[in-house]
Amino acid sequence: MTVHAIELRDLHKYFGKNEVLKGIDMTVEQGQVVCVIGPSGSGKSTLLRCVNLLEAPTRGKVFVEGVEVTDPDVDIDAVRRRIGMVFQQFNLFPHMTALQNVMIAQQRVLKRSKREAEVVARDNLDKVGVGAKCDSLPGQLSGGQQQRVAIARALAMNPSLMLFDEPTSALDPELVGDVLTVMRKLAEEGMTMLVVTHEMGFARQVADRVVFMDGGVIVEDGAPAQVIGDPRHERTRAFLHRVLHPEE
Amino acid sequence: MADQPKTAEPGRARLSPRKKQQVSRTIQYVVLIAALVAVVLYADWASLAQNFAKPDVARQALPDLFTIALRNTIIYTVGGFVFSFVLGLLLALMRLSQVRPYRWIAVVYIEIFRGLPALLIFLMITFLPLALPGFAVPFGTYGQGILGLGLVGAAYQAEVFRAGLQAVPKGQTEAARSLGMSATRAQVTVVIPQAIRMVIPPTTNQFVALLKDSSLVLFLGVSGEYVELAKFGNDLASQYANATPIMVAGVTYLIVTIPLGYLASRLEGRKGRNR
Ligand SMILES: Nc1ncnc2c1ncn2[C@@H]1O[C@H](COP(=O)(O)OP(=O)(O)OP(=O)(O)O)[C@@H](O)[C@H]1O
Ligand SMILES: [Mg+2]
Repeated sequence: MTVHAIELRDLHKYFGKNEVLKGIDMTVEQGQVVCVIGPSGSGKSTLLRCVNLLEAPTRGKVFVEGVEVTDPDVDIDAVRRRIGMVFQQFNLFPHMTALQNVMIAQQRVLKRSKREAEVVARDNLDKVGVGAKCDSLPGQLSGGQQQRVAIARALAMNPSLMLFDEPTSALDPELVGDVLTVMRKLAEEGMTMLVVTHEMGFARQVADRVVFMDGGVIVEDGAPAQVIGDPRHERTRAFLHRVLHPEE
Repeated sequence: MADQPKTAEPGRARLSPRKKQQVSRTIQYVVLIAALVAVVLYADWASLAQNFAKPDVARQALPDLFTIALRNTIIYTVGGFVFSFVLGLLLALMRLSQVRPYRWIAVVYIEIFRGLPALLIFLMITFLPLALPGFAVPFGTYGQGILGLGLVGAAYQAEVFRAGLQAVPKGQTEAARSLGMSATRAQVTVVIPQAIRMVIPPTTNQFVALLKDSSLVLFLGVSGEYVELAKFGNDLASQYANATPIMVAGVTYLIVTIPLGYLASRLEGRKGRNR
């Protein structure tokens, strides 16, 4: 049996009485890129955040590389170390330079030496195209640059999979491309990625699978050409119509 | 509305708002000038100067005013500040802790020490040796003064820190946790440094408050080399039966507190611009 990168089994999440995830079953294989699309409030972020337990699932199981992370005995910090996460609002540490942002967890969590952490940090900042901004504070960077620093920060931990929660939604339109280019490159290198996005072009070109969520359930799960190009369900069709033709 | 004819409606003021403002302002000036004239005419300037600003008495205050009194005021204040900073941070973290008893302890402490007059705390400190036989606050009077200021200041500083800690966006902790940091590690490396930066202006105001409260050391029954500005001024004033030393001490406080107050509001302004 091959080990899935991510496996969700009958995942339920309640916020109080509000059931936000209503039994999600889903797998992501090693090296796959899976894009999650769906209307606002459908539970996409919650789903993503259940994978690294930023939200505790109410019921059901989450496996990451075969390890059940919902097991109360599991060392969640150790699990999170292997899961990179990129947020819509970047969440860079504003009191640290770009370089320090990428170094700090390497030093404090992986116990790398300062020198080693710096080498790794510079490599990753170069890789995402912000190597020249090492000494800038997040407040001095554009949104696109900040998001790329945030990606470098996650990559520096050598994660085996990456979660992206609408990484380009807070960006000015002209900066979206830079971030998507970096993500595309990561995908080509074989990184396992679970991406919540509204970028249909990206999903179509890069994703191995597209998952459409609505109302806390997975409505459709399949190849991008099928889910985006030829959706089976009326809800998917209506959503795509709204996303692709917002002016109507 | 704008095109209504300007006839005087019944019940409406006959003066235009602009005119009313002028009249009101004139009245304010007249009252002010009358008050000033009264003060100038009726105050006994010679006697006032004799009692509050006598140059040769003021000269007696030097150099001890600076070498002993101001120095001690600074020692008590800085010591109390460091104490209240550390204890205040601890209390704020307890106040926001997931562990309920910690929250209770912090709330009780903060309510008590903010609710009592600082003077009462100082008076209690003088009775500590009676309550706890064999116990002595280390560093003598300095220790007692710093303890009193620290205990009181911590309650206020805790609330300052709590506001700062709560102002750090939740995404910061989430980012830190998603990198594999433990909850404690995330607090120490990510949240607390940002909270401290945010609370620099109110903390500067806290420092000024402590500086003024350091005058309460007077009630510890200090003497000699331990006196701070208020006690120093009061002792000299009694000795010469003249209030000038108290004025001198007052001016010395202002030399420190006013610039610090300006600094705090400048820092506040800069923070505002950066947001
Ligand atoms: N911490 C929380 N407490 C209470 N309710 C929450 C919380 N987080 C999310 N919710 C609710 O759960 C539902 C799903 O939220 P979620 O953020 O997962 O949606 P989403 O699909 O990511 O939407 P969006 O596209 O707007 O980001 C929403 O109704 C939201 O109000
Ligand atoms: Mg979301």
